[in-house]
Parts: sequence; structure tokens; C-alpha cells
Amino acid sequence: MSERHAGPAGPYDDPKEDTGPLVLEHHVLKSLLGAWALAACAPAEAGAVEEHLGGCAACADEALRLREAVGLLQRPESLDLDPGLRTRVLESCLEVRPPRIPVPEWAAAYDAETARLDALLQDFGDAEWHAPVRLRWYESDEASSRRTTVAGVIAHLLTVDGLVALALGMDDPLGDAAHAGRTPSDRTEAYWRAARFPPTRSVRTPWREQSHALVRTVSFTDGGTGRLPVSYGDYELPLHDAMLDRAFECWVHAEDIAVAVDYPYEPPSGRHLHRIVDLAARMLPAVLEHRREHGLAAPGERRLVAAGEPGRSLRLEIEGSGGGEWLIPLDSPAAKGSAEHEVAHVALDGAEFCRLAAGHVPPREAAVGQVGDREAIRDVLFAAASMSRM
Amino acid sequence: MPTSDTPPRWDRRMQQRLARGEAAALGELYDRFASLVHGLAHRVVGDEHAADAVTRDVFAHVWEHPDSYDPRQEPLRTWLATLTSRLAVRRLRTTETAALARGGPGTPEDLERTVRHASVAARADYIVQSMPAPLRAALELAYFQRRDYRQTALDLGVTDDEARRRLRLGLQLLATAGDTGAPPGFGGAA
Repeated sequence: MSERHAGPAGPYDDPKEDTGPLVLEHHVLKSLLGAWALAACAPAEAGAVEEHLGGCAACADEALRLREAVGLLQRPESLDLDPGLRTRVLESCLEVRPPRIPVPEWAAAYDAETARLDALLQDFGDAEWHAPVRLRWYESDEASSRRTTVAGVIAHLLTVDGLVALALGMDDPLGDAAHAGRTPSDRTEAYWRAARFPPTRSVRTPWREQSHALVRTVSFTDGGTGRLPVSYGDYELPLHDAMLDRAFECWVHAEDIAVAVDYPYEPPSGRHLHRIVDLAARMLPAVLEHRREHGLAAPGERRLVAAGEPGRSLRLEIEGSGGGEWLIPLDSPAAKGSAEHEVAHVALDGAEFCRLAAGHVPPREAAVGQVGDREAIRDVLFAAASMSRM
Repeated sequence: MPTSDTPPRWDRRMQQRLARGEAAALGELYDRFASLVHGLAHRVVGDEHAADAVTRDVFAHVWEHPDSYDPRQEPLRTWLATLTSRLAVRRLRTTETAALARGGPGTPEDLERTVRHASVAARADYIVQSMPAPLRAALELAYFQRRDYRQTALDLGVTDDEARRRLRLGLQLLATAGDTGAPPGFGGAA
């Protein structure tokens, strides 16, 4: 280690220094050995220690030992673990010893996305936790937004994940504020209001403990209960879809956070992205019908489709990792998507589709390759954006 | 990451859940310890790819042999750190030996020296990580931030005597990293 001065001389001027070398008792000299080894004492003290070492074998031994120990001090490496390592390590473990209680396939995306977000938060200081974030979504076909902070976003995830926790009989993170309402935004606003101070980094632990507990609990409630209804206030999703929905939200908001603090952040793995897109594609027909009933989408032209029969369809082609093709029935959620009745074809990247469904990309500006019925395409893109919420 | 569960209880429950074959427990174990394991491994093997491999070996070992950890003996963190160091040193020795056999530079004595340095560095790292926080804070100020012991005392709100004591004790703990035949538990620094 390098030698250095112990600091400005002023405060360490010892009156004795003018009259001769500093004289210290043995126990004081011994107590100085650590500071001496670190070159963290006053020059006069260092001199006194060195003088002493010439005549005291015990102290000389210790001094040498402590000096060597200083050489072992190393600044901790800044460890940005490869986020993909988790999946690789866990998979190779589960191969050598298959789990008796596996994490259900439909909860795997949530498990992976919460772990990725937690790793992003790992090294955040106060500046990052309080960095402003704008939450964006679509409401009545208009872009909406709400300002919060990184900590506020984690609080939002905590309260909305809490809907799944509630359905599973776990504690509500909202506590006494829970009577405020059941929709994700009601709950989030209630949590923010109930706190006396804006959320801080302290929100990370309850969020992470709850997300771990959710993964653990659904592992034990696999089987028929994948269909347990989870209420979002004004609608319900079966548990397995709710867990996918939460994985989706976790990724979207992790990306919001990453943008706010200027960190890179990747989309989910192809396998998980595929499941998320599949959830959105499955939800689209019902959303289209709801919009039609409220005059927000064109009335079906050929609605005389019996349940389970093929109907007018849009081919949704998702490119890139996790991609695939989905035939979206346009006129009734009960109809079957049909290649013979395909009236339009849109193609876009998986992450772009998810950003559209998250309300982060205006439907008119989505980077979409399109052929066919323009009205059908418009309806589907607006329906996708309308699935977003705070 | 700190949780509301106290370590001994958390360690015991974790061991039981792993033994039961609960995949979710393995994920939680990874989330809590991966950066410790990877960091210690990296210090020994010195490259990212090899550190990834050691990390995989460590978690695979725990998952395959959950009963090899006894919560009554030591904290899970200590046990994992020891395991990591052992597997990392083993991997370093294997790759260095292979390089030597292929006619790489150096002698068997150089190899022994490399392996020994690496394992002492890993132990030192672990001791710093797991020593009582007040000692670590004092070393942090005096060494990394170049404060002398009086400034360190001021920063920590303790007496000069106490600052000197902490610096000396911290270094004494650290010095045990170089002891040959040290107990595998890294001198009880946890």
C-alpha cells in the first residue's frame, strides 16, 4: 500500500513535538498498531510507534502481520451479475435434481421478471430511488400519465401484486388503507396517500418479500387453482393469467425505471415474452367486444357467427424472439380465429407489441407492417392500447 | 437483501425447503446469495465465464445435497462462502494444471503460489464482508477514504480510543486470512 501523510499538520501538533520525540505508554503504542499499519495516525505518533517496534518483539510481530493484512484489503468489485445467469443456474440445478414442488410454468415469467427488477434496484442510491418517473397508459383512447418516483413505482407494484396476494389468502400490503377500492389505480393512490412521506427505498423489502411469497404460494396451489379468480376490481383474471399480467407489469415498469435512471434494460426472455404476448392476444377479442358495445370499435359486419364457429379474423404476427402468430377473431370473443376468414394481417416486434399494450406507444405510431382491412387493424391496435392502465 | 426474518430461522427454513425439493426456495437462495458467491468466485478464478461456472456448481451442490448444510453449525452465508472458495480454488487448480500440462508458462511451484494467493484473497474478501459492521466501517474510512484515525472517530461518532481499537481489531481479523490451516469457517468472522 502507498505511503501518505496523515493529513494536515494543524490538529496534530503536539506541544511535546517541540521538546523532543513523542513518548507514549506501551498500551497506547499497541493500540495504535492498526492505525499505524493503515498510515492513519499523526506523523509524531507514527514515529513513536516505529521507535517502539525496534525494541518490542511482540509489537513488531503484530505490526508486520497487520501491514500484510492491509495488503489484502481490496475495493469490492462492482458486480453486475449477468441477469441471464439466474435462469441458467436454476435450470441446470433442476435438471440434476427435478423439484418435488416446481414453480408452475405460468409463474416462471413473474419469478424471472421480479428477480431482474430486484437486481436493477440492487445498487440504487437515494438519488436513483427518488428519480422522477412518469407512468403512462391509455384511458378513453387518450394518453394519460402520472408522475411519481422510482420508489413510487415499486410501491405501485407492491399494491397491485397485492391483489394476487389477496386472492391467495395472503396479507394485504395495503393494510388499513385497503377499503379505498379494488382497482389497481385506486389501491396505488390509496397507498401513496396513506404514507406520511413519499415512498423511499424501504419499499423494496416488502415488495420483494411479497413477490417471493407469491411464487412460493402458487407453487403449493398448482393444479386446479391456476384458475382461481383474481379480482382487479372491475374485472377478473384466472390466477395463471394474473401472474402473467403481473410479470408483464413488472417488466414494463422496470423499463420505466431503467429509462428514468439511464440504465440499460432488456426485454424478457423469448419464452416469457411469448406467454405475455399470448395473454394479450387472448384478451383482445373480449376487449374488442367491450369497445364495440361502447361505440369505440366498428360494429361487426358479419356477426352471425355461432359460438365456436370460425369468424372474421386478424392475423397478428409477432416477430423476433418469443414471436409467433395469433388469429384474433374480430366479431365475437366466442368465435374461433380462422385463416380462411382472415381480413387483415399486422406484423410487429414482440417488445413493440407489449409497449403498445402497455400504453407506451400511441396506436397510430406503432411500428407495424400492415395489410388488409384498415378499420379492423385500427380497432385491434386501439384495443391493445386500451388494455393498459396505470 | 435484509428481510424481517432473523438469519438463523431463515437459514433453517431455507434448508428444510431445499430438502423438500421446493424450486421456489432455490430461486430465493440464488436471489440472496448469488452476488456474494459470484464475487468470491471471481476473486479466485479471475474471469467472468469461470465465475459463472463456479456459481452454477455452488448452487447445484446445495440443491443436490441440502443435507450437507447443518444450520446448527454455522450461518448459511458462511457455509456458502466456504463452499464457493473450495470449488473456485478447485477449478482454478484444474484449469492451471491443464494449462501447465499443455506446455503453458510457469512451474508447478508457480501454480501452487497462484492458487494460494487466490484462496487467501478470497478469504480476506469474505472476512471483510462478514466482519461486524462497525469494524468494516472504520476500515472503509481509514483505508478507502484515507481518513486518519481521529477523523475516522469523528465520522463514526466514537472516541479516538475506540477508532484505534476498531482499526486494529479489523486488521487482526483480516490477518487470519493468511493463516495456514485456518478453520474452514474463516476464523468465525461471521
